[in-house]
Amino acid sequence: MKGQERFQRSLLKKKVKERIFFVLAAFALLVSLLTLFVLLIDTLHDGLPRFNWKFLTGYPSRKAEQAGILPALVGSIYITALTILFAIPIGVGTGIYLEEYAEKNRLSNTIEISISTLSGVPSILYGMLGLELFARALGFGRTVITGGLTLALLVLPIVIVTTRESIRAVPPSLREAAFALGATRWQVIKDHLLPVAFPGILTGVILTISRAIGEAAPLIMVGALTYIAFLPQGITSPFTALPIQIFNWVSRPQKAFQANAAAGIIVLLILTLALNSLAIFLRNRYQKRMSSRVF
Amino acid sequence: MKKVSVLRRAKRQESFVKKLFLVFSLLSIFTTLGIIFILVFQALGFFRKVSIVEFLTSTKWTPLFYEKHFGILPLLTGTVLITVIAILVAAPLGILTALFLSEYASPRVRRMVKPVLEILAGVPTVVYGYFALLFVTPLLRRFIPSIAGFNALSPGIVMGIMILPLVASLSEDAMQAVPLSLREGGYALGATKFEVAIQIVLPAAFSGITASLVLAVSRAVGETMLVTIAAGQMPQFTFNPLVPIETMTAFIAQISMGDTPTGSLEYQTIFAVGLVLFLLTFLLNLLARKLRERFRERYQ
Repeated sequence: MKGQERFQRSLLKKKVKERIFFVLAAFALLVSLLTLFVLLIDTLHDGLPRFNWKFLTGYPSRKAEQAGILPALVGSIYITALTILFAIPIGVGTGIYLEEYAEKNRLSNTIEISISTLSGVPSILYGMLGLELFARALGFGRTVITGGLTLALLVLPIVIVTTRESIRAVPPSLREAAFALGATRWQVIKDHLLPVAFPGILTGVILTISRAIGEAAPLIMVGALTYIAFLPQGITSPFTALPIQIFNWVSRPQKAFQANAAAGIIVLLILTLALNSLAIFLRNRYQKRMSSRVF
Repeated sequence: MKKVSVLRRAKRQESFVKKLFLVFSLLSIFTTLGIIFILVFQALGFFRKVSIVEFLTSTKWTPLFYEKHFGILPLLTGTVLITVIAILVAAPLGILTALFLSEYASPRVRRMVKPVLEILAGVPTVVYGYFALLFVTPLLRRFIPSIAGFNALSPGIVMGIMILPLVASLSEDAMQAVPLSLREGGYALGATKFEVAIQIVLPAAFSGITASLVLAVSRAVGETMLVTIAAGQMPQFTFNPLVPIETMTAFIAQISMGDTPTGSLEYQTIFAVGLVLFLLTFLLNLLARKLRERFRERYQ
């Protein structure tokens, strides 16, 4: 009788522990969800009163109530477009080279090490490279082109890694069938691998855009000016960007400017969260299709 | 005749593409070398004027004052302080979240939760800075009235939330890689889910989880905007989380925003600090990679 009692008691203890742990783990998960929720509510609460058409199409001003974000918004679009223009062909090309062309030797090994090193370099150090290389040594100055090139180097590892993963996910049978028909390697890549890998690469590209729009530290390094009352006139024009403008407003002690920062954050979050959601949606759909394609 | 020219064109295209992509790939090597070269080159200029001993041992960092001191320790303690707070938040929450997702959650819950975590990871860091300065710090002040407007605690906590998705998702990957047979062995012996999670999954995924934490530390050390906005610009040799401090990254950003003349000693300081930052994150990433390799070897 005694043994059974002990067993029952220990079983009960186990069940209680089990319950407590489940609640604890679920609570941990709730913390992230709740934080995201609070963060969104907080910025909406602070920023919505300032968020209107005039704010979107206005220019910076010393009076907080009249300030707008048009130059920052246009600057961000310029920078991001340039980033994409440089980073996508080079990143996809590198990904293809490493997956399809490179032999296992010292050179390809060095390239691999470089990419994994680069993916861990803090973004502000890219800014220092951009400042010294593009702004100074190449003489581009503190312009849109410097910002775009700097961010392109920053996002390059992301593009390379997602390209490689997407190419690797293509079933080998597809490749072999094309080779068997006498296609050259480039024909196989261009006509068979890339079309199948395209959704995966596109997902990477969208994530890259989102990252480029939100990045501030490297642009501060290359001297994105914070008081720019005009739109960029071309790639050799000085510029400001959305996160920089927000940073500028947050740093001021006046409440009115901080409300501007919150309104700017709403714009920034709409852009980045929409892009991220799109990427996640695309990836989930694509993953499903890939797994059904294998059979 | 025509056949030959088609073949030749295909071959020419083939070799052109191969060379072009090789050049693209080499760019990664040049970028890495470029960063190292610029940091080392400018830092050498700095160390010609300031002794390494002072740089590494002095507890004062006042390069912009009349009486200049160049001890990186205050910037290092600032960085370490924020990072420690961030990890104290992110490690328990992240690992518990990972355990929940990997051991308890139904596929449906996981499908709903993972995108939210990814969205959390995609929030730009200026936004976290705003949140730390204007929401978390005032909130903390209700409980700790003595906390300064700029402090290490608030950005540290927010940084923890920021790196949490990284810890959770990499740790969950590690847990998912633990063979099912190990878990089934545990269940066969009558273990509860909790016992399997803590005594089997956690130890088996240990090096993978550690790798995720090391990566998270590296991310926290390199983060700039959050700390520039919310932690202050006062390099202090202290571990008090309630007073303004300055991290290495925040100092670099601070100098670049002012109009420090190129080539001056003040300008060179950011490269000396940048070099330390590079070495620190490089070593952390190397460690994380080694840990992950060890983990992969064991189960694949």
